[in-house]
Amino acid sequence: MAADSVKDVVLSPVFKNNPIALQVLGICSALAVTNSMSVSLVMGLAVIAVTACSNLFVSLIRQHIPSSIRIIVQMTIIASLVIVVDQVLKAYAYEMSKQLSVFVGLIITNCIVMGRAEAYAMQNGPIMSFLDGVGNGLGYAVILLIVGFFRELFGSGSVFGFTVLTPVQDGGWYVPNGLMLLPPSAFFVIGLIIWVLRSIRTEQVEKAEYRIVANSKAKIKESV
Amino acid sequence: MASNNSIKKTLTVALALCIVCSVVVSTAAVVLQPTQQKNQELDRKSNILQVANLYEPGMDVDDAFDELITPRVINLETGEYSDRFDPQSYDQFEAARDPATSRTLSGEEDRAGIGREEMYSTVYLVGDNPDDPEQIILPIRGQGLWGLMRGFFAIKGDGNTIIGLSYYSHSETPGLGGEVDNPRWKSKWKGKEIYAEDGMSPDISLVKGGADSKYEVDALSGATLTSRGVTNMLHFWLSESGFGPYLARFHGNSEGA
Repeated sequence: MAADSVKDVVLSPVFKNNPIALQVLGICSALAVTNSMSVSLVMGLAVIAVTACSNLFVSLIRQHIPSSIRIIVQMTIIASLVIVVDQVLKAYAYEMSKQLSVFVGLIITNCIVMGRAEAYAMQNGPIMSFLDGVGNGLGYAVILLIVGFFRELFGSGSVFGFTVLTPVQDGGWYVPNGLMLLPPSAFFVIGLIIWVLRSIRTEQVEKAEYRIVANSKAKIKESV
Repeated sequence: MASNNSIKKTLTVALALCIVCSVVVSTAAVVLQPTQQKNQELDRKSNILQVANLYEPGMDVDDAFDELITPRVINLETGEYSDRFDPQSYDQFEAARDPATSRTLSGEEDRAGIGREEMYSTVYLVGDNPDDPEQIILPIRGQGLWGLMRGFFAIKGDGNTIIGLSYYSHSETPGLGGEVDNPRWKSKWKGKEIYAEDGMSPDISLVKGGADSKYEVDALSGATLTSRGVTNMLHFWLSESGFGPYLARFHGNSEGA
């Protein structure tokens, strides 16, 4: 663990060990906030800030955290950071925070943040922990942006708010796919991303825990 | 590490962490509060300017608002201007919750589904003369499909001709009911009229499949319940229970300057 290089720590969570695509964490907010790219971007930045800082602070005091209350200690740090981020967004990106509404607050429950604090920051130095947080936040943000790209393009015909396919409501030809604006569509998009990633990097495919045996033919008793 | 788990250390760490975190959180809240309130004000003001068709991208919202728009408080029951509250600081949503300044709505009357209605409401006027304004902007609210929709409704000085309708907060389905935000739909309101005859019963409504009279606006496709909510809240706020008595004062006026 001590020999982690900076590059590995930051970049491996982006594609090789992506928190959403491989570990399937943080799905809830990925479903909710990805209907437009600008919202996804802000959410991604917020999560990067929270994961990085919570990792940093947890790592700084890791020698003093009593193991019996370590989860509560981590939660307290994370929750405080999330409130700070929420307040900052309300003050400096009011429009965005209106669109993100409760989901900024829900970063507290994002498994990625706590997972990294417990798994990495409790055992590693502050600088590496900070970078690990940045990396995992990036991994989350990248997936959010990809999902946001497809959902905004097909759902509203635009990318980052700029119209690419003019929808029929505005006199164009493109009939927007309403499903893409609703949260379930993110499931499909994330599923497809995982499929693509695992086809390219076959080592990500989990070994099957058991094999389903082919149905055995029913034995027909001759006497019946 | 074993010493970390002693009761004393556990309590110390917990206490110290709580103090540090609460100081951080409250500092952030206190330091950022003025900026946040300013943002909310700006948002409300730019919404009012937008619905009145006075908004231009890049303009200084605060200055334009102070220059063009005069907020006044009116008594909803009599329709008269009132000096009981300061229009700059009067919060009608707060007032609607206080039994002393609001009344309970029930049954038929509560078409908008808001439960309680304040007795005094703010109105925003464009033009110098409060008795013959160019535009009147009314705050309206009511239940949509998923929740409360809040918006502004702008009318010309005759108290009858519509300028625009705009919602600044709602939770309707994106792509369906959420199309209340679509500029193309919003532009359909312009020039429509509220009352077919002098009185306080509004005729304006959303209809499916082609609005052909000047009291009809196309409903949102695929959003029957949102459209119904919009119609209901307009009928409520423009009737005798809402701004009806106030608007009736202007019916004789010309179409504003």
